Amino acid sequence: LAPWVPVVGLEIHAQISSNSKLFSGSQVQFAAPPNSLVSFFDASLPGTLPVLNRRCVEAAVMTGLALNCSINKKSLFDRKHYFYADLPAGYQITQQRVPIAVNGSLSYSLCIDNKMSQMVTKTVRIKQIQLEQDSGKSLHDDRRSQTLVDLNRAGVGLMEVVMEPDLCCGEEAAAAVRELQLILQTLGSSQAVMAEGQLRVDANVSVHHPGEPYGVRTEVKNINSIRFLAKAVDYEIQRQIEELENGGTILNETRAFDSKLGCTVPMRDKEGKQDYRFMPEPNLPPLILYDAKSLPANMNHQQVVNIDWIHERLPDLPSVKRAKLVEQYGILPEHSFALLNEDGLTEFFENVVKQTQMKPKKVIGWILNVLLSYLKQHSLTVKESPVSSFMMADLLNLLERKEISSTAAKQVLAELWKGEGKTPLEIVKEKKLELIQDQKELEQICQAVIDGQENEVIMMVLG
Amino acid sequence: QPVAVEVLDHLEQLALVDFRDAEGVERLRKAIQFADQLHEVNTDGVEPMDSVLEDRCLYLREDDVTEGNCANELLKNAREKVEEYFVAPPGNIPLPKLEERETFLQGS
Repeated sequence: LAPWVPVVGLEIHAQISSNSKLFSGSQVQFAAPPNSLVSFFDASLPGTLPVLNRRCVEAAVMTGLALNCSINKKSLFDRKHYFYADLPAGYQITQQRVPIAVNGSLSYSLCIDNKMSQMVTKTVRIKQIQLEQDSGKSLHDDRRSQTLVDLNRAGVGLMEVVMEPDLCCGEEAAAAVRELQLILQTLGSSQAVMAEGQLRVDANVSVHHPGEPYGVRTEVKNINSIRFLAKAVDYEIQRQIEELENGGTILNETRAFDSKLGCTVPMRDKEGKQDYRFMPEPNLPPLILYDAKSLPANMNHQQVVNIDWIHERLPDLPSVKRAKLVEQYGILPEHSFALLNEDGLTEFFENVVKQTQMKPKKVIGWILNVLLSYLKQHSLTVKESPVSSFMMADLLNLLERKEISSTAAKQVLAELWKGEGKTPLEIVKEKKLELIQDQKELEQICQAVIDGQENEVIMMVLG
Repeated sequence: QPVAVEVLDHLEQLALVDFRDAEGVERLRKAIQFADQLHEVNTDGVEPMDSVLEDRCLYLREDDVTEGNCANELLKNAREKVEEYFVAPPGNIPLPKLEERETFLQGS
């Protein structure tokens, strides 16, 4: 049987972290009373016009630079038309022809064979990043056969990141999206929390035989977490392979991922092939960006977005942070991945290192193997940890000075976890966990044991 | 050159217009004919202009919250509402196929 080559291309929508919307001054906020964060423009009342939010432009430029894109100094806005109750204007303002950033790349890492110790770096090409409006939210009331519409989200700024179909499986898709999420959070351009709809991923999946043209692709939507992304992609690849091997065909359709059943199902037919009738947005001139060379002399700085200025102020990206951690502390690359993967963990680790004599290479074991598993067991974030970095350092110091054993240290940690306010030293004294350092005392104890077991000793001496 | 019925039907579906009668279709044909005059101009080597605003500066707004909080006013326009939500039909109601709807185009 000829092998199958799966092809996966992702389209990611990241909600821009800003106070107000892309083209209007209404607030951006998750979970507010319905239709309370809606301006006349968002509701598409006649006579209203879009006014571009500079912060959204900066967020897109930052993201483009972080993903190694070319920033288009001139980009254009277009209208994408379709009818839906949560799109009051009947069109979405987007950047179809000339988006703000193109031709970038995203590097991510994978563990080979599920072993954290062997990581390989891969790259996925970024086709483009475009600014566009989010739509409102539809709540389907099947019982009364109606849809309730909340426009709070309508008009919120989105960055659509379009990737080339360089991925081949669920694991790659999940790793790439995770890295993108970390980058966005580091930049602050999006909080990228999937559970709150700030990061939405659609997967385009197809399979073909090597050397043959690409197969028909399906689009998979309704993926609500990175874990489900991997499942959805892998399921769809399998489904397509089985369908084709059984002599069937793949329809170019949109499917939804059902997380309960772990499979993809066809979505309600979206009225056949969509014709979006793209046209230039007549109310917006081209978006011009500047750099140090092209900066006009007498322009109001509030009207200027300077690419170089933004570039100079980019924070260290996750990959750079990881490399620095490895270099500074002598930890392994996979340790640095684990540190960055948990919000606040790097800071915690660094704080412990600062306050303890124990070498970072040893500290990391306690952080990743002991502390992190406690946190996971109790479903707590680092910020919610009942054990502070100060207490942890205190404990590790006792261990480092050989005042307690490793086993005892774990017992102390279990006590500390109860959060009763006792210090490590207090717990050690309370539970008499101190290591005996005194040679004479040790000899006495050993002698007492030997004395108490006369028969066994004679047996041993006789061989 | 008359516009094909399939195209007219497609336009009616996409834009939810109703060409209504022969006069409406004729008006469309004349509009296309008028716009076709653009083809008479030699545009070799000329950047297309897609907006008369191309030389204007795109004004950038500060990221401040300046509007919203007017649910009552917005909902005044709604024919139906539930609490503070707009009410819409359960999904898009697709325009019936050409054969099934009462349109002037049927006879064409």
